[in-house]
Formats: sequence, structure tokens, C-alpha cells
Amino acid sequence: MSDVKQEWPLWEVFVRSKTGLDHKHCGSLHAADAKMAIQMARDVYTRRQEGTSVWVVRSDHIVASDPGDKDMYFDPMEDKVYRHPTFYQLPKSVDHM
Amino acid sequence: MQAASIAVKQDPAVQYLLRIGDTVLILGQRLGEWAGHAPVLEEDIALTNIALDLVGQARAVLTHAGAIEGEGHDEDQLAFLRDERDYRNVTLVELPRGDFAVTVLRNTIVATFLRLLWLRLQQSADAELAAIAGKAVKEARYHQQHSADWVVRLAQGTEESRRRMLAAVDQLWRYTSELFASDAVDEHAARTGLGPAWSELKDPWEAEMAQVLAEAGIEMPKATPFLSTGKRGVHSEHMGYVLAEMQHLQRAFPGGAW
Repeated sequence: MSDVKQEWPLWEVFVRSKTGLDHKHCGSLHAADAKMAIQMARDVYTRRQEGTSVWVVRSDHIVASDPGDKDMYFDPMEDKVYRHPTFYQLPKSVDHM
Repeated sequence: MQAASIAVKQDPAVQYLLRIGDTVLILGQRLGEWAGHAPVLEEDIALTNIALDLVGQARAVLTHAGAIEGEGHDEDQLAFLRDERDYRNVTLVELPRGDFAVTVLRNTIVATFLRLLWLRLQQSADAELAAIAGKAVKEARYHQQHSADWVVRLAQGTEESRRRMLAAVDQLWRYTSELFASDAVDEHAARTGLGPAWSELKDPWEAEMAQVLAEAGIEMPKATPFLSTGKRGVHSEHMGYVLAEMQHLQRAFPGGAW
């Protein structure tokens, strides 16, 4: 435990529920390799019938945006509501939009 | 007040079911001992998941055994109120949980056997037993995969983990003969279509275990003349301790439930 490098790598777990079409991130776990990670994900995150499919990915393979860039990245969209497609009159023949 | 022991009929169909029900019950109890003690949190949950699967199987099989016996015994009475000699589990599952190597090897040995047994029991002439088997076979398949992976990992891991796995093989292998020792109870089950004589599962079990051991780089041990006798109710010195812990609550508070 004293040597952090001795620990198994961290994996992010994504579970697709019965009703869902997409895999949703539900947590993380430690496992020695991909095969073990899938089994552990099954045991840790689908015990209550949560899933029909599981994805795992090494946490260090995820590239994330820098929290420090949050204002530069996301704030400029604040005043551009016209990017939502709610300002158009749809023809009657187009249902369920 | 202490709950008195119950006696169970020697009927061969009931005995056949008790061998299955007690084997999964006692292994479930032994695996439950790992709760909070497994090497990592994830495996702690995995082991207790397996334990709960086994206890669930035991509930279904013991309930059915009680129904066939026809003396009004329910799953709790059968699980908690029999004397040691009336338990019919194979000796292998009552041995102490040992270290992690012993645990995963025993799980592999038993899950491989049970998966083959449940597969056959899906065709049982007893519709209830066939239905129980249909559910249990899926569970056993996962138990086998998860446990066998660990056997290979430990055997191919560090010097220490390999040493422990080899010691586990040395300790447990002699208890596997009992799984396939046939007697009148087996013959009756095979004749009536209740289920296979367990000796019929020996060849496929050996083939699957040979595959796991080959991957682990472990030589399959030779069969020994030693034959344990748990299936006949003659248990090892460890059985009394398992039962003392398992039965304590129901003996002290008969019919207690939550």
C-alpha cells in the first residue's frame, strides 16, 4: 500500500440499462487488466439488475478538458440561445420534433 | 429456549436433493466468511455475490427437498435444525476457507462440477428441479469463469502466489474424488430420471479442470485412494464449527426472521 505504483490501475465503468440506448458512466474501480475490470464491473455495478451491457476504460486513457479553461470553453455559448432549434416554424408534415 | 433438531427421511430422492442443497449451502456459508476480508474491495463484493447466489440455490433446493419429503419441513428448518450427521454436503466445501488461493481453487472445482450438474438437471424428470437448474446454471457459469481466472492469475503471478496455489492444489485435490463416488442414492436418481449419477460428470469435469490447470501451468494431480464421506453424513472435524456458527441464531431464537 505504501508504494502507489503497486496498486492496480483505475478503470471507469459505463453501464447500459435495459431501457437506455447509451452507456452511462456509473463509477470506477481497480483491476489488474481489462478482463478482470469487466468482471469486477459486473460484480460491483450491476448487482441490482442495473445493466445489460458494460464498458470499461482505463481512467488514464480518458482525455479531459482543463477545469481552468471552463470560462473560455463554455461561457461564450451562454448568449447564443438561437442555436437551439426552437425558433423555426416546422411544416405540419414533420411530426414529433 | 433451544430449537430441537429435526430428523430427515432417508428417502433417496430427498437425499439426492440434500447433497446438492447442502453442498451449495455450506460453500455459501464458507464464502460469506470473506465479507470484509477479501484482498481488495472489488473481490470482496465478487465473493459475497457468489455466496449469495449459492445460498439462493440452497433455498430453492432445500424448499423442494422439504416438499418431496412431505413432513412439513421448510428451508429454514432444513438449513438450521438438522444435526451434523444429517447434512449431505461433500466434505470439500466444509473445509476452512483457507487463504485466497484455497478459496478460488475450491470455487473453481465446485463451480465446474455444479455447472455440469445443473446442465444435466435442466432435463430432470422433476419439473421444479429442472426450473431451479435453469436459473442456477447461469450463476455457476460465472462462478466458474471468475474463479478459474484467479487460479490462473495466482499460478502465473508471483513466486509467492504460485507457491500458495500449488499448496492449495495439494491440499484440496484429494477431496475431489468424493464428488464422483456413486452409490444407491445416485443409482436411484439416474433410474428415476431425477438427475445424473454424479460419476457421469467425472470425465467432463476432468477435461475442464485440465484446461484450467494447463493454462495455470500446473500438472493435474494423480487420484489418491482417499475418499471423503460428507455425502453420507460422515464429516470432517470442521463441520461442527461451521454448523455452530450457521445455526446459532435459529437455535437460540426458533423461527426468528427479519
